Amino acid sequence: MYQYTDFDRQFVKQRAAQYRDQLERNLKGQLGDDEFRPLRLQNGWYIQRFAPMLRVAVPYGELSSAQLRVLAKIARDYDRKSENNLDKANPGLSDLSSLPSGVGHFTTRQNVQYNWIPLDKSADVMDLLASVNMHGIQTSGNCIRNITSDERAGIAVDEVADPRPFAEILRQWSTLHPEFAFLPRKFKIAITGATEDRAATYWHDVGLHVIRNEAGDIGFRVIVGGGMGRTPVVGTVIREFLPWNQILNYLEAVVRVYNRWGRRDNMYKARIKILVKAEGQRYTDEVEAEYQQILDVDGAPHTIDQAELDRVSASFVPPNLSCNRKDADAKIAHILRAAAEDDVEFGRWLQQNVAPHKNPDLRAVTLSFKRLGYAPGDATAEQLEGAAALADEFSAGEVRVTHDQNLVLPWVRCDQLPELWRAARKLGFARPNIRLLSDMIACPGGDFCALANARSLPIAQAITERYQDLDELHDLGEIDLHISGCINSCGHHHTGHIGILGVDKDGKEWYQVSLGGSDGSALSGAPLAGKVVGPSFAADEVADVIEAIIDTYRREREAIQGGNETFIATVRRVGAEPFKLAANSMRTSTGKAAHATETEAA
Amino acid sequence: MQTTIKLIAAHADSAGSEGQKDLKILEIANTEDPRTLELAGVDRVDLNFPKFSDGRAYSQAFLLRRRLAFKGEIRATGDVLIDQLVQMQRLGFDSAVLRADQDIGFAQQQFDRFGAFYQGDAVQTTPLFATTKAAA
Repeated sequence: MYQYTDFDRQFVKQRAAQYRDQLERNLKGQLGDDEFRPLRLQNGWYIQRFAPMLRVAVPYGELSSAQLRVLAKIARDYDRKSENNLDKANPGLSDLSSLPSGVGHFTTRQNVQYNWIPLDKSADVMDLLASVNMHGIQTSGNCIRNITSDERAGIAVDEVADPRPFAEILRQWSTLHPEFAFLPRKFKIAITGATEDRAATYWHDVGLHVIRNEAGDIGFRVIVGGGMGRTPVVGTVIREFLPWNQILNYLEAVVRVYNRWGRRDNMYKARIKILVKAEGQRYTDEVEAEYQQILDVDGAPHTIDQAELDRVSASFVPPNLSCNRKDADAKIAHILRAAAEDDVEFGRWLQQNVAPHKNPDLRAVTLSFKRLGYAPGDATAEQLEGAAALADEFSAGEVRVTHDQNLVLPWVRCDQLPELWRAARKLGFARPNIRLLSDMIACPGGDFCALANARSLPIAQAITERYQDLDELHDLGEIDLHISGCINSCGHHHTGHIGILGVDKDGKEWYQVSLGGSDGSALSGAPLAGKVVGPSFAADEVADVIEAIIDTYRREREAIQGGNETFIATVRRVGAEPFKLAANSMRTSTGKAAHATETEAA
Repeated sequence: MQTTIKLIAAHADSAGSEGQKDLKILEIANTEDPRTLELAGVDRVDLNFPKFSDGRAYSQAFLLRRRLAFKGEIRATGDVLIDQLVQMQRLGFDSAVLRADQDIGFAQQQFDRFGAFYQGDAVQTTPLFATTKAAA
């Protein structure tokens, strides 16, 4: 992990002190709510239904066990329902007592969120975070947001180069950038160094691929103007190859043109994707011209020198770990040969939750935070501490937050897999469902979020309940199910093989279901937004609709070598029609009424 | 961080400062590209913040000061708040006319907070990593 310098540490503390000053002035009436709003947002503080939501930055998803323990302490001591005014309840929504508290929530942008921290405690929480070099800097607001990366950065077998040193250099460059603090809209960057896209790079305002050109030099493919929301757009490659040391100069041009030209009259048209779509080549030409001026006139001041890359890279040297692979294989084979029920589960866990590693002695292990009784990606204080203990014992003290809302242990010795599996199972993190239907993505939804049109959590819960059988889940294979409570798409519904989107009509919750989306991974194919299967469904129809779609897949899929055709391959081959038919046949009277109303309105 | 930006209370500005009658002043909207301006003989360019959350004038200031090497005064006008003064100074603003309700008393502490920043700007043109190496 990146080792903070004295300057870095001091900077985070100064930021916490600055926030305390702003909060105190706001509470004393010396700083108006409208003026305070963007300042608190750029520290991760939103105002939600019951309490502020805090989004803690986890730069490119990396956390130390010490940081996990502080996140646990915040969950335990500050994420408390009782300290809030619960009269602001949601009429008609979930029973308050059913809403989780005392938890941290992993997000699709690898951050951690809390939902119940009162604003008057917010500065104390920032101080606590700063004690382990953490903060909420630029996790919200119209600025360059926390930068995300591949959960297997630095360990992936398909990696050209480790993207983390670049991600860290980008983090420092974007932190409190004076010119880009009030952009037209938020600005998200994702970076990967692997051939498999595990960071949804085509869906970001800027996506960066570390690549090697024909001469063998390292550089970036630069993708601009991707995004979800109301208008899903797949990003455009505006540079096939940019030398690595020019990335800051080039991004300065990308963002400056956006700052000058991006729309500010309509927040739904303010993202860079709209600008890139509207201007096309003219945008790219302007960026290239601006970049040339930065080089020629400004003197390319942000060229990264080798010494700086070396300095930062030195923090990312892999821990010195090895194991006897023969012994490990024998140990694992021994367990697999045994016939007990548990050991079937161990085999499945090896298959779904354990991934190969750059170092052949090591593995990347995913801890599943998708289990019955918890919202997807939620972890209690005890569970966060449990994960910290696993990280210390099995993973050189490090975890990664994944884009799919789980944790990865990146440095697991292969001979420790059985011990890790037993320990993880005790903590409830060993469910072998990674990438399967129940490993769904879901935002916090209408239960917490003031923006949401509908709840996500009860839908996630209903589907999770229905798909508990591991035999069935494994038979269904890999399926991306993504749930968003509103069109802001925090739950990435556009990119789900099955997407569920909460919509609000006449003050009631409805859900649109879409099919065939892709985040750009090898399994899902070229990045693509899913297509809606028909008018929205009532809340109590959704689980039946999903089941009907899954049953259609089971009926339509073909046997291929080594198993079955995947869900997404079947959808691509047979088209949406049979799935639509099945989904729409699940409408009960309420659903049919909704259908009729929409048809009339159309 | 040393405060170099001159702070002007809203009423002081509207009264009109003495001795500025002969100054050649350009007031430009934040949609304009400073590179299209005729800057010869211009003493001051006023850049406007229609809302403090509209950041276009920051890019204008950068282009004026850094790209065009404009030597005259760059002034921030409009919805100018003390919480944005540090970034204004970093982008080359020499003066700022504060919104009427702003308390100048809170301004200095904003400059005292951070000793340095990571990225270069219009004044300190190199990023921290280049600056610290040059000093070493």
